[in-house]
Amino acid sequence: MSLVNFTTREITCKIVYYGPGRSGKTTNLHYIYGRVPDSRRGRMVSLATQTDRTLFFDFLPIDLGQISGFSTRFQLYTVPGQVYYNATRRLVLQGADGVVFVGDSQARQLDENLESLQNLQSNLLEHGVDIRTIPLVLQYNKQDLPRELILSPADLDDALNFRGVPSFSADALHGTGVFETLKGISELVLKKLAAGTAA
Amino acid sequence: MSSALNPKYSFATFVVGAANRLAVTAGHTVAESPGAAYNPLFIYSGSGLGKTHLLMAVGHAAKKAAPQLNIEYLTLDEYVEAFHASVAAGQGDAFRRRFQNVDVLLVDDVQFLTNRKEMQSELLRLTEALQAAGRQIVLTSDRPPPDIADLDERLISRLSGGLVVDMGTPDYETRVAILRRKAEERGARFEPGVLETVAQAEVGNVRELMGALNRLVAFQAVNDTSINAETVKQILGLTGEGAATATPGDGRAPAAKGGGGDEFGEFLADVTVTVGKAVEAWRARVGEAVLRWEGEGYRTHRLEALLQRDAPGAVDEAIAAFAEDVERLKALEAEVSDLDPAAAGQSVFRDPERLGEAEQAAAKVRDGAAPPPGPSAAFPLAAFAVGPSNQVAVSAARAALERPGKKYNPLVLVGKSGLGKTHLLNAIGLELARGKRAVVACLSTQAFIDELIAAIDGNRVDWWRARYRRATALLLDDIQLLTGKERTQEELFNLFNLLQDKDRQLVFTAPAHPNTLSGLEERIVSRLEGGLVAELKEPDREVKRAVLERMLGQQGVHPEPALIDYLADRPTDSVRSLVGLLQRVVGAAAAQDGPLSAGLAREVLEGHAPRDTRRSSGFRTSGLVVSSLGGIKSREKVVWDWIDVADRMIEEFR
Repeated sequence: MSLVNFTTREITCKIVYYGPGRSGKTTNLHYIYGRVPDSRRGRMVSLATQTDRTLFFDFLPIDLGQISGFSTRFQLYTVPGQVYYNATRRLVLQGADGVVFVGDSQARQLDENLESLQNLQSNLLEHGVDIRTIPLVLQYNKQDLPRELILSPADLDDALNFRGVPSFSADALHGTGVFETLKGISELVLKKLAAGTAA
Repeated sequence: MSSALNPKYSFATFVVGAANRLAVTAGHTVAESPGAAYNPLFIYSGSGLGKTHLLMAVGHAAKKAAPQLNIEYLTLDEYVEAFHASVAAGQGDAFRRRFQNVDVLLVDDVQFLTNRKEMQSELLRLTEALQAAGRQIVLTSDRPPPDIADLDERLISRLSGGLVVDMGTPDYETRVAILRRKAEERGARFEPGVLETVAQAEVGNVRELMGALNRLVAFQAVNDTSINAETVKQILGLTGEGAATATPGDGRAPAAKGGGGDEFGEFLADVTVTVGKAVEAWRARVGEAVLRWEGEGYRTHRLEALLQRDAPGAVDEAIAAFAEDVERLKALEAEVSDLDPAAAGQSVFRDPERLGEAEQAAAKVRDGAAPPPGPSAAFPLAAFAVGPSNQVAVSAARAALERPGKKYNPLVLVGKSGLGKTHLLNAIGLELARGKRAVVACLSTQAFIDELIAAIDGNRVDWWRARYRRATALLLDDIQLLTGKERTQEELFNLFNLLQDKDRQLVFTAPAHPNTLSGLEERIVSRLEGGLVAELKEPDREVKRAVLERMLGQQGVHPEPALIDYLADRPTDSVRSLVGLLQRVVGAAAAQDGPLSAGLAREVLEGHAPRDTRRSSGFRTSGLVVSSLGGIKSREKVVWDWIDVADRMIEEFR
């Protein structure tokens, strides 16, 4: 997928929110959706079950308008977190320019986080992408929960962020850290473009 | 009465973008050659998009190109005022004269013609007068002519008759360029990203943009602090859009941390900075070059490959080299399309990577482009016998040769068979072919038709056409053979017009005046008649003598003068039959192994010669039959077997 098209003067970034089930990926998108002016956002497509679990994926297109003469669009996707939707996850990952790994800060969810991270790695590999080269940021969500239930960002960094990518603590439900995460991943994606490898 | 041109408003200070490129190009063209290209040039655009600037720039450029030109700029209101003043002073005619002597008239804001009937008719009259005199008019308006309320139909069609171009609102890049230039003009310096942020604001016109810039300049001067991209938004009140959506109480996200604010706006600003860094200037230049050449239909792999690189390297050199290659391709393609239109449009002419192949292809076409058939060297003008009977045609031919294509074009030589039309035609062709770079097409109409048929058959009519279109002269023998050949007439008609437009000499021969030839299309006939129709009459004694002497001279025979006299005095209606007579005599002489004499001739021609001798004379070539006159090529044109005198007597007795 061509990230920057110099001839049509378009920049299109596909960013995928990845992570274990119920970690708050869709919540991230909803918050962003609520902050983007009507004129700039497309319809948010959400395929959810009756209990609000993401069944297929969420899709939120955002039009950033003309930036440096390029019409810039972001496409935000989420994957279904549950283990048995792996085929969908792999499909959504295809052509991703960057990945936001949304981890669940609850201590008891640590294994799910690790499992999902490994799943991300293997799914990327299926597309021939090395997780070490794709722009990736971590988000430790649900940091608003009582301290005794969650791990601190430092602990999570130790447990999950063995590649030393940028990490953000967040409370997606109330919006804390959501845009910081998005900015973080955008910067990585666009910098990769600057390095010339994505053109 | 009229305003002076503001020196600030020149092409140099006009920022060109996609939205106004066409108008600017037209303006340049008009300024370079007033009255020649687009007349009138009508420019319209919304307010504040540079109409007046462009109009004055045309004036400046025209003045610079030709300082002696009388250039007048005025708004319609000034024009109206001037008119009223002169009418009041009883000087209406003087007013008209004054404007009719203007070389380049620039009228601003003509939309105010609404409800001014008398001014409309005045302007109509002026437009017509200036156009007729080849003087340039450029007008501007805020709307196209048909949308100006209450405008006279005739004036609408007049004003729309030249070129009507509009200028749109500038795009982002143009806005940035305008802001940079204006900031520079004012000596104002801004932090990176400030002008870009201003340009992002959706403005309706350049004046608003200037207003925004003025506010920034003022703010910076007052506060003595430099403005950054964020404060720009506050100063210009650009934050409204994003902030409105980020109000608390949204339901889903009640309290955003960090005081809420415009998270999306910040995000956008962030991305803008990142993209700005990412899309480095050199990439943008390469991107523009790709866009440009791709738009013109060229393959741009080489430039696209540049974008894959990490470091800029010698980007500008690479772009320049690419442009050079494209220019070469263009030249090659133009050359090829001239020679063989079907061969142009090949993909090799569109791919600078395959320049070598393109060169080869062009060379191939160059080799393959055979010139059209030329005149036969057997018919030199010097050998053409001139006498009173063909004096008119020969002097017409000489006149045409002196000024090919200018004096008698076309020249139509008419006369009966065997009077030397073909000779004269080829002789003209030979003379024309002496010219430098002359490509003389000289052939019989039959060959012309056959070639066309072969071209149609071989599906290369374009090539055939191109071949003849290159000709600097076209000479067709026996034009009457076109009868019934509709397609050839069509092709000839087009070729005729094309060549005549370019002042290339056309010569035709026909057995009779073109308007008596049946089966020729009226348009061809009228065109043939449009030049000079010169008649070759039956050869007079002088011509006959000249022909006989020359022919015998070529044989190395020096006959007694009596023979020449005798033969020249015999009634013959053409040079060809005269040659026939001579041949019979020469043949008889050869058969008898006797000398050529008047006596022998009389014997042969008046029926005393033995029959077999006479008969054989026609077939046995004495070296004269294939004469340099070329007359005996077609045997059916010559009566070889004369009816025996006895038979003739019986015929008469009956």
